[in-house]
Amino acid sequence: MTSALVFLAAEEGHKENPLVPPWPEVVIGLIAFVIVFGFLAKKLLPTINKVLEERREAIEGGIEKAEAAQTEAQSVLEQYKAQLAEARHEAARLRQEAQEQGATLIAEMRAEGQRQREEIIAAGHAQIEADRKAASSALRQDVGKLATDLAGKLVGESLEDHARQSRVIDRFLDELEEKAEAAR
Amino acid sequence: MSADPTQTLAFDTSCHLFDGCGFDTVAPGLHSFLFEPLLGDADGNGFYFNKPMLLALVGSVIIVGFFWAAFARPKLVPGKLQMVAEAGYDFVRRGIVYETIGKKEGEKYVPLAVSLFFFIWMMNLWSIVPVAAFPVTSIIAYPLVLAVIVYVLWVSLTFKRHGFVGAFKNFTGYDKSLGAVLPLSMTIEFASNLIVRPFTHAVRLFANMFAGHTLLLLFTIASWYMLNGIGIAYSAVSFVMVIVMTAFELFIQAVQAYVFVLLTCTFIQGALAEHH
Repeated sequence: MTSALVFLAAEEGHKENPLVPPWPEVVIGLIAFVIVFGFLAKKLLPTINKVLEERREAIEGGIEKAEAAQTEAQSVLEQYKAQLAEARHEAARLRQEAQEQGATLIAEMRAEGQRQREEIIAAGHAQIEADRKAASSALRQDVGKLATDLAGKLVGESLEDHARQSRVIDRFLDELEEKAEAAR
Repeated sequence: MSADPTQTLAFDTSCHLFDGCGFDTVAPGLHSFLFEPLLGDADGNGFYFNKPMLLALVGSVIIVGFFWAAFARPKLVPGKLQMVAEAGYDFVRRGIVYETIGKKEGEKYVPLAVSLFFFIWMMNLWSIVPVAAFPVTSIIAYPLVLAVIVYVLWVSLTFKRHGFVGAFKNFTGYDKSLGAVLPLSMTIEFASNLIVRPFTHAVRLFANMFAGHTLLLLFTIASWYMLNGIGIAYSAVSFVMVIVMTAFELFIQAVQAYVFVLLTCTFIQGALAEHH
């Protein structure tokens, strides 16, 4: 029953002070710690530090990339906006130009039409005048001849003298015109 | 009288309350921290190998194995194990070393601090691991080795940083404005820094673990001892205390590892700091 206790009591007598370390335990303690420190300090912590550093860089790199993409997007947007504004400006300019051109065209056509109309009218007038003159002269001759014939027949005298004849006819016609004038 | 080779527990299991067997025959004591060597003979001056030594070596292998599994092939996107190990590593690095020494000067001492923290924690944790059930750090040799390593480091750092006279001023807290009490102050500071400091550094860890293990043993043995007749009721209370103390020990084990490393870093910081 007490065999273990007796052994332990004997041990206690041998090393009664718990603050005095036996050297084999110091040696083992040192070895145990050196194992841990050696592996951690020489191999494992440098390895993980490298990865932690890489991770930090990866995260920062990602942020940088995102920033770069954002800047690019911004510049592209501005470019597009500028292009759009330019296109609007161009369209407005073209519209203005077209309007101006249209107005000029209409004005030109109107002027042309006016000119043609006046030409036609003038031609018509000239034609009418010429016709009137021709008709008038033809009429005058016919009327003269008829009157002469008629007068010859009536007075029985040949009015062969041309000059006299003409004078008489003219006088007659003038009288007719005066009458017509008066009647009007 | 030689020890019973079949005896594996540190107390006599046949001794119970009301059996005419006193608690003093089973109570834990200094003998609870002495182990019959597994190899060799503890009586002579030769080398021997006992259970705490085995636990120390196995503990080292466990720590190295854990960090090997977590860090040997590290990934940029960590797995669960790597994440846990990184959290522990980061806790010591940022929470202790950077906080006390600073990032620039402290980086060099991170491996030492990390090794110390996990080594001590593991050695403490053995206390509540079934079968092992013994905190290796409750044997003075282990804290002492660590304290001596730290002592040698910070003392040599002081000499390297400040030269002989500067180091002396650093150790003694030399300050002219103290006037007449300066010699007294220097003597006290010198003794406090160079003699008491390493001793308390080691003993703080040792004594905490020693006391914790004794308490656990006390309640565990008492639970068993009182397991007789009406004593079962007392035994139940004692057993509850075992569980409470185990949880408390779990906390103390981590705290002591933390304190040891924090003090280490404070000493190093003091050695590197300019004299004021």
